[in-house]
Amino acid sequence: MVNKRGLLTFASNPVIASTGVTVGPLEVKKSPFSKYADKNYDDERCGLKTNEQGHAKMMEDACMIALSKLDKTPTDAEFVLMGDLVNEMTPSNFAASTIGVPYLGMFSACATSVSSLLMAALLTESGMAELVVAGSSSQHNAIERQFRYPLQYGSQKGATAQWTVSAAGVATIIPHIEGAPIIACGTIGIVTDLGLTDPLNMGAAMAPAAADTFKRHLEGHGSTVDDYDLIMTGDLGKIGFELFKTLLDRWDYDVSSVFRDAGAEYYGKHPEFLAGASGSGCSASAYFSEVYDKLLSGTYKRVLLIATGSLMSPLSYQQGDTIPCIAHAVEIQMK
Amino acid sequence: MDEKKYQQLEQQITPKPKYLKNCINAFVVGGLICFIGQFVALFYISFFDFTERTASNPTVATMIFISMLLTGFGYYKKIAQVGGAGSAVPITGFGNAMISAAIEHRSEGYVLGVGGNMFKLAGSVILYGVFSAFVVALIKTVLVGLGVVSW
Repeated sequence: MVNKRGLLTFASNPVIASTGVTVGPLEVKKSPFSKYADKNYDDERCGLKTNEQGHAKMMEDACMIALSKLDKTPTDAEFVLMGDLVNEMTPSNFAASTIGVPYLGMFSACATSVSSLLMAALLTESGMAELVVAGSSSQHNAIERQFRYPLQYGSQKGATAQWTVSAAGVATIIPHIEGAPIIACGTIGIVTDLGLTDPLNMGAAMAPAAADTFKRHLEGHGSTVDDYDLIMTGDLGKIGFELFKTLLDRWDYDVSSVFRDAGAEYYGKHPEFLAGASGSGCSASAYFSEVYDKLLSGTYKRVLLIATGSLMSPLSYQQGDTIPCIAHAVEIQMK
Repeated sequence: MDEKKYQQLEQQITPKPKYLKNCINAFVVGGLICFIGQFVALFYISFFDFTERTASNPTVATMIFISMLLTGFGYYKKIAQVGGAGSAVPITGFGNAMISAAIEHRSEGYVLGVGGNMFKLAGSVILYGVFSAFVVALIKTVLVGLGVVSW
């Protein structure tokens, strides 16, 4: 008997009607994903006084762009579901305050892109919403200072370290229409903790969560690897992605070229980014830009997006606790 | 999945730190910083009225000033990525720890931000530095008292 725990199926086929992606100045220079973005900034604070204000501005702009593509204004939207990594998610709170849409803060760390998308699909599926905005974001400077050292502090980073992206990705979800990518089903992750403690090797900590959600999704929804044109994890980074593929290989899945990781690819081949990218803006800006565009153009017909998040805080790892991790999956189809 | 088995797998796949290369880099970068420091000290001794002993104060101040500029312009962390301990251990690394924290917390104001956080990283250096100096001095005082060594 198939275990149905945590599985979501959206029979009414809600769709992603539009997306809005904003990226920071470094991403424009170094990231292959930035060419799909809608807006970028010359300044990482977006011309504002603090990094956190810039963070909120990126989120707000992404929401406005996604809505404007539908010729809608924030007054038309019924819910906004979004989150980030700053304490109490103040950037999302301020962005929500500016756009003035009924708001639910979402936190799944770097997996918020998918968790907010799934909840938006659920609201639409239930018939309680005609237009939901969902997304997540991160801003390098604001996140680094919270989780690690001051930005200019000279500490040597190892090959496992990842670089928090400055980007926001937002999608608008509406009931089914023709010609838009359908949110078909999803899987809510189970928190997985295999006892890793190094906050500078989050990819390795998150890989088992991604593998677990992947397996549960395929078994639960009765699909196989061959059904997908793309299976993309969130921000495992180069090392975490290797571990993820090794785990799947051990479970006898065919680890083919349909597998990609947004974090590992985010900064191309630039060696200074070490293991790649992380942050809740990483998966959001990759999924809602390149992947969404390729779904629209028909390059991809069926994709599985598994966003991963490490649910630790600076306090928890300084106290010697392990890093609990989560991964949420969403399956998007284009008919 | 078994925790132990996964941790073994993680160890296999995660690249090992390149200790030898890191040590050589640290030696070169740290040596270079001290080399520059030596020149600064010689400058104070030759052009001003400092002795080898008294020149250390202005030398330290100058090195911290240089470290401050490099930190502010974003170069120190690039040096540190190569140098590791070589750039962290000299006084410039201490300067970097304080200055980077001060810059970071400027947005929270001068009192609660800069003032309250400047010693966030450097605080432990001061605490344990002073404490170890005290212990070493204590040992030496005892040894001198016993007549084993002289000042």
